[in-house]
Amino acid sequence: MAVRVQSDPFDLGAEANAFVAAQAGGMGAIVTFTGVVRDVAGGLQAMEIEHYPGMTERALHKIEDEARDRWQLGDVLIVHRHGRMQADEMIMMVATAARHRADAFEAAQFLMDYLKSRAPFWKKEHTGQGADWVAARDEDEDALKRW
Amino acid sequence: MTIDILYFAWVRERIGLPRETVETQAATVAQLVEELRAREDRYEVAFADLSALRVAVDQDLAEFDAPLDGVREVAFFPPMTGG
Repeated sequence: MAVRVQSDPFDLGAEANAFVAAQAGGMGAIVTFTGVVRDVAGGLQAMEIEHYPGMTERALHKIEDEARDRWQLGDVLIVHRHGRMQADEMIMMVATAARHRADAFEAAQFLMDYLKSRAPFWKKEHTGQGADWVAARDEDEDALKRW
Repeated sequence: MTIDILYFAWVRERIGLPRETVETQAATVAQLVEELRAREDRYEVAFADLSALRVAVDQDLAEFDAPLDGVREVAFFPPMTGG
């Protein structure tokens, strides 16, 4: 298992290959999810992500522990960037390994749902009009209720 | 007791500090917030609507009625927007 919070970009292909190669035998399903910077309104100059060093890693490990209580998982990887990024850059990824795909898919979705509203990251959008903190969405909070 | 207080995102911007150390007798997070609000306008502005804020006590999410006994670090921030 690994949780990494970094400002540098990551290589999705290299991460995914290394993740698959590191699995013990019998892991028949690997799911990866990647989050990408969206230019929602047009004119995005940069996306800035702030986080709470220390608590971020702690919160991500807790979310992973929770996922492990619910599904039969092999490794779990969470990589999340902070700092400034441009539209279409990769912000974060999760990977899950399991014997069967249902566990891998569901655990990846669970990790994403919790990561969005329970890990201390905040997004700020910079445009030609200035900079604004992205507001949390009710749908993201509601998404937790299904688990 | 001495507590480190951390601010993130727009809370940090409104207060104008990322962190500070305070000496307080507050028994709960809510009492600490009241002490801060009484200090200066910028705190009053940042803490005007507690429903728009989240709090972490020693790096775990908590409620505003959480006790401060033995606590070293309290953080205030808006709802999180990761992913």
